[in-house]
Amino acid sequence: MAKAGSELRLDGNGNPVWLLLELTYQCPLQCVFCSNPRNFADYRRNELNTAEWIEVMRQARELGAMQIGFSGGEPTLRKDLEILVAEADRLGYYTNLITSGIGLTEARLRALKDAGLRHIQLGFQSTDRATAQQLAGVDCLERKLGMARAIKAQGFPMVLNVPITRQNIGQIPQIIDFAAELGVDYMELANVQYYNWALLNREQLMPTREELQRAEAQVQEARERLGDRLTIFFVIPDYYEGRPKACMNGWGAIHLTIAPNGNVLPCSQASSFKDLDFPNVRQQRLGEIWHDSPVFNLYRGDAWMPQPCRSCDEKEKDFGGCRCQALLLTGSGANTDPACSKSPHHQLIQQAVALAQQPHTNRPLIARHASQGVNLETTP
Amino acid sequence: MTTVPIDLADRFEIRPPFMFRWEHSQHAHVLLYPEGIVKLNKTGGDILNCCDGHTNVAEVLEQLGALYEVADANVIRNGVLRFLEVSRGKGWIRIKT
Repeated sequence: MAKAGSELRLDGNGNPVWLLLELTYQCPLQCVFCSNPRNFADYRRNELNTAEWIEVMRQARELGAMQIGFSGGEPTLRKDLEILVAEADRLGYYTNLITSGIGLTEARLRALKDAGLRHIQLGFQSTDRATAQQLAGVDCLERKLGMARAIKAQGFPMVLNVPITRQNIGQIPQIIDFAAELGVDYMELANVQYYNWALLNREQLMPTREELQRAEAQVQEARERLGDRLTIFFVIPDYYEGRPKACMNGWGAIHLTIAPNGNVLPCSQASSFKDLDFPNVRQQRLGEIWHDSPVFNLYRGDAWMPQPCRSCDEKEKDFGGCRCQALLLTGSGANTDPACSKSPHHQLIQQAVALAQQPHTNRPLIARHASQGVNLETTP
Repeated sequence: MTTVPIDLADRFEIRPPFMFRWEHSQHAHVLLYPEGIVKLNKTGGDILNCCDGHTNVAEVLEQLGALYEVADANVIRNGVLRFLEVSRGKGWIRIKT
């Protein structure tokens, strides 16, 4: 294996390098682990128009952003996706589409290719019809299989992204075989992270420790068998790690998310902070928002850190973990991420993990749905 | 991964899905790929900049020798060949056929 080479660490030098555009929160699927805000329906009438998105891309590029992700909801529901991709390519971005595949056609794939789209991340739940339907809320297996093949036929580099839950963790060998047969380059088996809909369903979604260990062994076996043919990333859930994830490389460090209504977020989950007044691209320039807004400076750097983070020798490595997880589980975004075993709130994670080891119940999963006056909030 | 030694007549090009370009905000050449970025140091950027599908390795050595004004041709030769091998190993470049 080749080593040496160039500097791999990129900290942005104080500039954003990643721009994630959440073009719309509309989606034909109703995934039980959807990470969109629960009030996603409220965003629909305020979505940015084509010219506004183009201006956002231009300003972010000026700040130094190089990677762009078109996400959602389902970004292909936007009729102007091809126009936005073409403009992003022209500006010098590396363009990534993050899609469920539902809403794509072969004609649109060709148009996206012509527009300069470089990479597609396809969300995939299961090769088993019933499981796919249970997780995605609708029967979409055939369409997904067809779209996965069409993406490869068009010659796109593709990563198959499979959110892992208790429902599909036992099918990992079949899902890997499917990806290898299809000629997928990369596959991400990403244990679901518990925000929004996934947090509502956490008890029913979280796999047991034993299931995780078995899955890890299966992934290892597949890596040895498939070698360079397929690169498999297996993302361990932070609940089981005892250490928090280096979420977003730190708040306001390298990442910008733009919500469908133009709100500017340090990460796509930050809308969980109901008390924060998020800056909006319709009112302010992106550079001003990035450098000077109270929201982006709130947890930037390490001055905000409480103990045990403040004196922890790993604070440069994990930046205190995820601010949104701290907020959702402990009630304050300024606390240490409870996924860290040093957190005074770590028992919250341990309780959830203990609950997951009990025999599986048949409690129904709550599919993503537009709120109809029922407020389904989890209590910290 | 290939272990074939690099031939001076080889012409390298950037291998898709990698995208190579100058990034003003970083004052550096970068390699962009799905969900990732590599920031290159000065010499790495200069070498990859010659991997345009037209320039062969002998010409790359010549150009960099002139650029860096190094008297000992072996220093350039060893450094460039090693970097090309690493780049090929990482899948950043391929021989233009």
